[in-house]
Amino acid sequence: MNATAMDLKDANLESVDTPTQNEESADSLLQIRNLKKRFSLSGDFLEQLRFKGGKLIRHREYVHAINGVNLDIKRGEALCVVGESGCGKSTVARTVMGLLTPTAGEISYAGQRIDNLSSRELLPFRKRMQMIFQNPYASLNPRMTIQQTLEEPLRLHHPDWNRLKVQEKVQEVMSSVGIDPDWGKRFGHEFSGGQRQRIAIARALAVDPEFIVADEPISALDVSIQAQVLNLLMDAQRDRNLTYLFITHDLAVVEHFGTRVAVMYLGTVCEIATTATLFNKPRHPYTQALLSAIPRLEDDRPQHIRLKGEVPTPVNLPSGCVFHGRCPYANTRCRQEIPTLVTQLDGTRVACHAVEENRL
Amino acid sequence: MALLEVTNLDLRFGLRQGEVRALRDVSFTLERGERLGIVGESGAGKSVAAFSLLNLVGKPGFIAGGSITFDGLELNSMSEHALRKVRGNRISMIFQDPMMTLNPVLSIGEQMVECLKAHRRISSKKARAIALDKLQQVQIPSPETRLDQYPHELSGGMRQRIIIAIALLLDPDIIIADEPTTALDVTIQAEIMALLLDLCEQHNVGLILITHDLGVVSQVTQRMLVMYAGRVIEQGLTREIINDPQHPYTQGLINALPQMATPGERLNQIRGSMPSLSNLPNGCAFHPRCDFINKANGEPRPACVQEVPEFVDSGNCRVACHMVAEMQEDRRLKLEEIS
Repeated sequence: MNATAMDLKDANLESVDTPTQNEESADSLLQIRNLKKRFSLSGDFLEQLRFKGGKLIRHREYVHAINGVNLDIKRGEALCVVGESGCGKSTVARTVMGLLTPTAGEISYAGQRIDNLSSRELLPFRKRMQMIFQNPYASLNPRMTIQQTLEEPLRLHHPDWNRLKVQEKVQEVMSSVGIDPDWGKRFGHEFSGGQRQRIAIARALAVDPEFIVADEPISALDVSIQAQVLNLLMDAQRDRNLTYLFITHDLAVVEHFGTRVAVMYLGTVCEIATTATLFNKPRHPYTQALLSAIPRLEDDRPQHIRLKGEVPTPVNLPSGCVFHGRCPYANTRCRQEIPTLVTQLDGTRVACHAVEENRL
Repeated sequence: MALLEVTNLDLRFGLRQGEVRALRDVSFTLERGERLGIVGESGAGKSVAAFSLLNLVGKPGFIAGGSITFDGLELNSMSEHALRKVRGNRISMIFQDPMMTLNPVLSIGEQMVECLKAHRRISSKKARAIALDKLQQVQIPSPETRLDQYPHELSGGMRQRIIIAIALLLDPDIIIADEPTTALDVTIQAEIMALLLDLCEQHNVGLILITHDLGVVSQVTQRMLVMYAGRVIEQGLTREIINDPQHPYTQGLINALPQMATPGERLNQIRGSMPSLSNLPNGCAFHPRCDFINKANGEPRPACVQEVPEFVDSGNCRVACHMVAEMQEDRRLKLEEIS
């Protein structure tokens, strides 16, 4: 393809991109704009001081966990974020919930910016956004009974409710997740992993939220229990019209559960697509490798794409495209220029120079 | 005779509250160069079954009955001293967590040489050469420098490669791999499994792969066992079991996979959860969760509640279920209806 044709194509793509983005923001519940988060590795001021060449210098190192993530979550959908460990997917979840403060960027919920609010100002939003954590053995307070655990969020968010009303609500929410309301006097350790995760879900549902962030909610559970919990989450979505931000590394779950999928690699989103499109036609070379690695029941001999090397450390990010060191299609442009998400004809957004230039 | 034969293995833990029977009547065989998968949920007894082969189950666990025969040797009645000659030498193990398996204060080279010298009279120089060769076989980049590195300098995938190299050091007959890729990411898992598969085929090494991931089992193994509450409930050719599972539990496990359902629809779940080993239900341990026996009239069948099912041949698999004949009849009727 010659240069002019490519420019034209780029220009077309750009023009497609802008209106869809505006459209998206109209009905989106949560907007993440250019989110960045880094963690300091070098401790406090005194620990940062180093002698180098006879001079005292301040040496600082950071883990760049998220580098400019843009996401829109539409009302009623389940947006899945997938990626391997260390790609920043959990950091995105925690930043959205306000458990971590972003280094840069904006997060808005229902049109209102929430990343710079104080915890008091955030309180009404906490009632609308809830979180489910990965490990149900750690997320329930071992010294509280289930009744107390479930009452706590209600008392905080509905200080005007009387005791009877709180108890009624607790019973209702317990039976809605399939836990016998008579078990309220028991403690967390008396339950199995699957039951604990149900209780953690009940706790999130108790305040009738509209948005739930689920960070690997089923990866600590056994196969037969995973299906039960996944069904529960899907029932809750249907009955309560919930919106999910679902963090997972399990692609089979994503294929089943997600409306749309965002694939993350080393702190950046490399592809966003509807689930069906992503699984039928993965565009980004990393997505292709990731999908080919799923152990399927059907084929006898796996034909997976082998990537060279390993995920680089997020302390010293590679220049250009973060994936270039392992990408079979990388060229000079990939090593120098950071790719941006470009909308394809079917609405998939891919951050890859090779896809843009039609080199794949 | 098969290379490894386990018959009616019975493993118990003597606890203050009484004896817990972790394994009951576990029998299986492994031929030379064969790959066998052991599948089950946590607590089903799959790890303990593999550990007991090399008498690695510590107190209060003890083998109460049954026999383990490996190449003419009775492993379970051997002295600890004699067993050491087999352990790590002719049967080696790969554990789940590559961080825990390697000694953090020894370099990779020292750990590999140590293992070789424990089993063979060999000079350090020669041992190092063998170690280097094995590292090359597991496709580690720049193997010479790795020999002098420490485990913390390597990533999880790299560490697991080194553990595979150590498992292969003494050219064993069998490798027992206990969830070797559970702690790793999907792309790394795929690479490690492919590597393990290639090496086992190249060197004609038998593999016992313990995992909860049916996808991995179906891609790597030739035969498989399904375990539930300390018993083997189904065994046979992997392909046959995956394509046409006979036991209601195996059927439930496979049907519960997200890829078996239409996207967005409810998954087929198994009710309840696995009973604790100290408080097993009477009869078939699976009967309180079994959909099939409840379908009849809402009541479990007396046989399922009272009697522990024996193994019966069903197609190419062996299944421990009272209902197999009825289920097959059901299926035949359904097929007739369709046609």
